[in-house]
Amino acid sequence: MTGIPVIDVADPNVDPAVARTVGALDGAHDTQGDVAIQNYTINFGPQHPAAHGVLRLVMELDGEIVERIDPHVGLLHRGTEKFIEYKTYLQSIPYFDRLDYCSPMCMEHSYVLAIEKLLDLEVPIRAQYLRVFFAELTRIKNHMLNLGSHVMDVGAMTPNLWLFELREDCMNFYERASGARMHANYFRPGGVRQDVPLKLLTDIAEWLDSRLPRLFEDAISLVADNRIFKQRNVDIAVVSRDDAIRWGFSGPMIRAAGIPWDLRKQQPYDVYAKMDFEVPVGTRGDCYDRFMVRVEEVRQSARIMKQCLAEMPEGPTASFDRKVVPPKRGEMKQSMEALIHHFKLYTEGYHVPAGEVYVATESPKGEFGVYLISDGSNKPYRCKIRPTAFSHLQAMDFMSRGHMLADTTAILGAMDIVFGECDR
Amino acid sequence: MRAPAPKWAYELNDATLDAARAAIPQGLVNAFAHVGEIQLHVHRDHLIAALTALRDTPGLEYQQLMDIAGVDYPDRGEERFEVVYCMLSLTRNHRLHVHVTASEDTPVPSVTAMWPVAGWYEREVYDMYGVLFAGNQDLRRILTDYGFRGHPQRKDFPLSGFVEMRYSEEAKRVMYEPVKLAQDFRTFDFTSPWEGAEYVLPGDEKGAALPQAKGAPSPVTADQVRKADDAQSDKRPADAPSEPYAKEDANSSAETGAGKPHPNDTPKPADPDVIPGKGGQNQ
Repeated sequence: MTGIPVIDVADPNVDPAVARTVGALDGAHDTQGDVAIQNYTINFGPQHPAAHGVLRLVMELDGEIVERIDPHVGLLHRGTEKFIEYKTYLQSIPYFDRLDYCSPMCMEHSYVLAIEKLLDLEVPIRAQYLRVFFAELTRIKNHMLNLGSHVMDVGAMTPNLWLFELREDCMNFYERASGARMHANYFRPGGVRQDVPLKLLTDIAEWLDSRLPRLFEDAISLVADNRIFKQRNVDIAVVSRDDAIRWGFSGPMIRAAGIPWDLRKQQPYDVYAKMDFEVPVGTRGDCYDRFMVRVEEVRQSARIMKQCLAEMPEGPTASFDRKVVPPKRGEMKQSMEALIHHFKLYTEGYHVPAGEVYVATESPKGEFGVYLISDGSNKPYRCKIRPTAFSHLQAMDFMSRGHMLADTTAILGAMDIVFGECDR
Repeated sequence: MRAPAPKWAYELNDATLDAARAAIPQGLVNAFAHVGEIQLHVHRDHLIAALTALRDTPGLEYQQLMDIAGVDYPDRGEERFEVVYCMLSLTRNHRLHVHVTASEDTPVPSVTAMWPVAGWYEREVYDMYGVLFAGNQDLRRILTDYGFRGHPQRKDFPLSGFVEMRYSEEAKRVMYEPVKLAQDFRTFDFTSPWEGAEYVLPGDEKGAALPQAKGAPSPVTADQVRKADDAQSDKRPADAPSEPYAKEDANSSAETGAGKPHPNDTPKPADPDVIPGKGGQNQ
């Protein structure tokens, strides 16, 4: 140790870079051939289980401390917006299922509301209830995946398995309503595709009363007060209210930052205005708050679904405007007019009057918007999709700065990113 | 409004238009409400001043920039692109859109200094349309592949693209080749030629007439539809018929799809030459 001058690292006059170098050469590490490395860059993904899809993070690290993150997205870009310009309005709905494939029906919701707004089309009340009902089922389904994988990203295995059980139930309900487990294609401009059987509603009611609370509360009780879970999440990636606004946050991300902003409450669509539910708000804006906001949202979603079941009236499930909603097959066999409508709607489709609207709904991940421009023809002129992930993932850089490498998975898990939606 | 779309503070539209006209002293080309949503058309050079005014003026308070959308109108000539800023006011619960036009080589001032979230949105508009943003420090492509050429959302960019990718077993790497379509690219134009014509009869030009029905081709814009609907909403019938094609009588089989028996459908007299089998037609 004689050759090295003694420098007090804590001395404020010493250049921090010099202090780091000296610190690296200090004491026990002083062996032959050592190189003082300051920062190095590593690649996280695109194939990484904790990246929740195809995300490539180029990270600049100082030891284990994250200095800078440059997320590379677009690896799942499929040109959805371009496709939509080439399809009729009805043909585009399945593309929306494939955006956020963890909450398909919520994606359809914005789109059908945008078309209805341009057409100024009335929707029967039962259809509105069904949409709200399934949007909330979708929220539960989405949060089951997100909460479970977030828990798994920070090291716990069991809750994820239990929550996947519930997600599987949701998928089965999806299948019984729409015929598909994931890509439901159930919402239609003017209502929903078809009515649901009564048995499905009673089964969901029973599930909401017994299985969901039992499994869900069990799983959450394992982690909510768990010491290790808290050590990994509390005070990680704290986002202030101002930052949340400047970075365009929405959904659980902005609520965890302490802003009670929920589009279902503030800008109610369908029958949300009649629903009685609470909006959970975080106090510190860290990963733990984001987790707990979602946990409470699941309980509130179950509450909304129960209200829907109690209040849902009988009646038609789609508009009777036969220039938009095709007739049922039975009618088609009887009426010449219905046959013509059916043929025209499935070939040419309907024309949407010229205009432009931006319709945003509260998807499980935040504000999912559709900016739809119509030129009066049967295809959208432009359909800009506002993904929730774009603003959240962009904030990854400032949220992870100064945290450990292992924290990035917790931060990413608490953001709830799905790349079908992010990359479109 | 009849549609169950999100209900934010639409009633503030008129006040907002007046306030915006007062707050944006320069470069406001046009300001109007259409389908209940406010559209402000601003000149490119005054964009930053206008957005700052919208964000900071009390009574406007658009704190959040939710989205930046690019749109391509090739018919407009040189200034073919439009960049739309979707703004949200959390305090007033109101939304608003700001439009600027741009051409391929006239950059739009970047708003990343006001909203850091604009960084990626501007990158996306650049990637998809080739609109440049002056002041964005990181204007890389974002959604397309590394080394992609062209701007795919432009209306003159073909849906099938120009190159396709495959893994070459010989070269042991991914290769790009010009697109070869195994069959012709299929576009169906189902718009019937006689319905594409103007629907307005001579003498009917005035007034915001509704189209024959929602979804029918019509020169009426969405805004006119909405206004006509609002005007009609008081005097329309209480309930639409529950079955539009339903027969009048209660025994209608409209739901089942079973046809009515033919009026002459009386039991046929037995044919002496036919010996009836025991079962169905497979016996």
